[in-house]
Amino acid sequence: MATVTFDNATRQYPGNPVPSVDKLNIEIADGEFLVLVGPSGCGKSTSLRMLAGLEEVNGGRILIGDRDVTNLSPKDRDVAMVFQNYALYPHMTVADNMGFALKIAGVDKAEIRKRVEEAAKILDLTPYLDRKPKALSGGQRQRVAMGRAIVRSPQVFLMDEPLSNLDAKLRVQTRTQIASLQRRLGVTTVYVTHDQVEAMTMGDRVAVLKDGILQQCDSPRRMYDHPANVFVAGFIGSPAMNLMSVPVTEGGVDLHGHTVPIAREDLSGVGKDVTLGVRPEDLELSSDQSGIPVTVDVVEELGADAYIYGSTEQKLLEATGENAGAVPFIARVDGRRPPEKGEKIYLKPKVGHVHVFNSESGLRVGD
Amino acid sequence: MTLEITTARPESALLDLPWSTPLEEWPESHLAALPRGISRHVVRFVKLGARVLAVKEIKDDIADREYAMLRNLRRLDVPSVEPFGVVHGRTTADGEPLDACLITRHLQFSLPYRALYSQNLRPDTAVRLMDALAVLLVRLHLEGFWWGDVSLSNTLFRRDAGAFAAYLVDAETGELHARLSDGQREHDLDIARVNIAGELMDLAAGGFLEEHADPFEVSASVIERYHTLWDALTGTERFELGDRWRVDERIRRLNELGFDVDELSMTTDIGGTEIVITPKVVDAGHHSRRLLRLTGLDVGENQARRLLNDLDAYTAATDRQGDDEEIVAHDWLAKVYEPVTRAVPRELTGRLEPAEIFHEVLEHRWYMSERAGHDTPIEDALRDYVTTVLPAKPEEKSVLGVDTEEMPVISRFD
Ligand SMILES: Nc1ncnc2c1ncn2[C@@H]1O[C@H](COP(=O)(O)OP(=O)(O)OP(=O)(O)O)[C@@H](O)[C@H]1O
Ligand SMILES: Nc1ncnc2c1ncn2[C@@H]1O[C@H](COP(=O)(O)OP(=O)(O)OP(=O)(O)O)[C@@H](O)[C@H]1O
Ligand SMILES: [Mg+2]
Ligand SMILES: [Mg+2]
Repeated sequence: MATVTFDNATRQYPGNPVPSVDKLNIEIADGEFLVLVGPSGCGKSTSLRMLAGLEEVNGGRILIGDRDVTNLSPKDRDVAMVFQNYALYPHMTVADNMGFALKIAGVDKAEIRKRVEEAAKILDLTPYLDRKPKALSGGQRQRVAMGRAIVRSPQVFLMDEPLSNLDAKLRVQTRTQIASLQRRLGVTTVYVTHDQVEAMTMGDRVAVLKDGILQQCDSPRRMYDHPANVFVAGFIGSPAMNLMSVPVTEGGVDLHGHTVPIAREDLSGVGKDVTLGVRPEDLELSSDQSGIPVTVDVVEELGADAYIYGSTEQKLLEATGENAGAVPFIARVDGRRPPEKGEKIYLKPKVGHVHVFNSESGLRVGD
Repeated sequence: MTLEITTARPESALLDLPWSTPLEEWPESHLAALPRGISRHVVRFVKLGARVLAVKEIKDDIADREYAMLRNLRRLDVPSVEPFGVVHGRTTADGEPLDACLITRHLQFSLPYRALYSQNLRPDTAVRLMDALAVLLVRLHLEGFWWGDVSLSNTLFRRDAGAFAAYLVDAETGELHARLSDGQREHDLDIARVNIAGELMDLAAGGFLEEHADPFEVSASVIERYHTLWDALTGTERFELGDRWRVDERIRRLNELGFDVDELSMTTDIGGTEIVITPKVVDAGHHSRRLLRLTGLDVGENQARRLLNDLDAYTAATDRQGDDEEIVAHDWLAKVYEPVTRAVPRELTGRLEPAEIFHEVLEHRWYMSERAGHDTPIEDALRDYVTTVLPAKPEEKSVLGVDTEEMPVISRFD
């Protein structure tokens, strides 16, 4: 068991003008499941490889427990990179499929058998240890593949997009499996994905990276409720948060005659405009003609709720990440009485459910 | 949804394939029973007119990515299977969506490693395969390609004048960068070590591996060979200013290994007494390119080396060292090479590639000469080879009947 510390860890590839991972600082607790998430090229894999000892660290340090491993070789770090494309070998028994990598590492037979049996117990595979993988169901085969990583009993598991080649339904099932398995094993895990939904459902904490720079590292709840900047606000959540540029007025910001109150001290020095963020579920229909004017383009009915996708004369900011390019205004409304297509409606944020960002720096204003 | 076929070679016969059926259930009539490596996705070989295509059922975005990656690899001229197209928008008759299909051309005369082992080849086969795989990996890394899933199953082998040449078949996990870091290369080697040991242990468990071949030693040998070759190709050398012949010597050594040096950096140290050289751009295929230029024959690197040696011998024997090289090559092609490859009876042409047959005939002549104690004319060697040796060989243009299976680890739940 171990903690993991990235201490100003920096990696710059030869020939690249800027670092791919720039002064990364994260402290991961013992047994924690930390997810690194961000758009393609943000430095997730590089960070993981630095921890694995595969990528040279050009600045800062990496610690596992109290041990500075910055300059240790991969095999001296006691971490296991869980490989995304595990193959199962048809002529080998389930036990051998799980244990063969230990043989490569020179672990003795009795010890291998012991670890394989322990892993099989955790994975409900004990009755199948002497069978061939062909005789197993798909789900069991997948557990055998996981067993290959577990038997190594490392201090830290590293996983890079292990679910990327599954279809949506399997992905959901498998991520639940991995998360619950990790909790039972209690092994510190660093997990890389580009999928924010995956990150939010799996992680104890989520670290969002962009251009090699850590944007925020928090619990999913905190990340969702208190995004530290506009990037995180737009990246996390599906459908995405509505982000718009609004004028600052006396005591708050103005939405077409409706004032959203914001503490005076928070607005000091932010300039004439701020970026206001409201999640689709934090909007209410306005009873008068103030608030955000929206012309309804599409109504998506989902039983109790309905989502409306509309256009607005409000100045919208383009969301980021997987939501990039999608800039309709989105609101969740009562599914029993949704507005109609083509209708013009006015929406107000629920009290206390707005996010304000400095329009220059993009940083969160207030709490 | 409508069926959407992306291909560089639009061919209407593609539309006749049963795209609305899961690949696993395609009727035999469309399929060619060729061996495959272990895979998680369903892969089938499909007959389309005169050619055979490999079809892989895979998630839509991964299909596109792999197709684009294979096209990039072809452009970079690294040995890999040739992408043919991607099929999107498949649905069953009931309107259930099906995964996309990635189509590649079946690589003729290619041998999956499982087929090679079940043929009971010479004991050093494992080592030769590792050599070939190490060369492939070095070539990929020189181009900045991180494979991410190095394995015997993801490699195809072709005979190459007694040795093997390796081709990449599965680019699903690959990434292309301007150049790779040492860490990225190590990562690939680490994956190679584990996968290859696993695959060989599997062969051993199935009784297909010769007793004395140790899976760990064999898989470790890839890494060793890789490092040796990588250092030879990219290492920096320093020597005294007076030893300038060592620049030529380095280039000659790289040529020997089958690489051309396209760019070499040469610097002198501050005192001006030492030269430091580092090859910057090396290009595989030294011999095959030269043979192609001289004769138009497009063959494997070792085959080309062999053929060029024979061409040299021909030049010397006919006393034409002073003549224009291309003219002599042309004569050699017409008088030596083509008579041999043309003499192979039609029904035996699927056994081996022409260049490989030529190589084997040369070998055969050598054995016959040794036995007889004097030179055997190539015509005699050819006649003997075609009647006694070649007919006993298995058909390799498209090898049949070896155990292969997919092992869908994560592509399905029950
Ligand atoms: N060998 C290399 N040389 C130069 N730059 C590199 C190299 N490898 C990666 N990079 C760059 O470093 C940055 C981070 O890459 P990395 O692979 O860590 O990103 P990622 O977040 O894992 O992306 P993805 O989700 O696409 O895998 C990218 O801009 C990438 O282009
Ligand atoms: N173009 C081709 N020519 C010859 N053989 C091929 C070709 N394409 C695929 N194969 C065979 O099919 C096998 C499986 O293909 P591939 O490795 O692409 O599948 P996969 O499911 O992606 O594998 P993995 O489990 O490694 O991800 C290969 O090992 C190879 O033997
Ligand atoms: Mg990555
Ligand atoms: Mg494969």
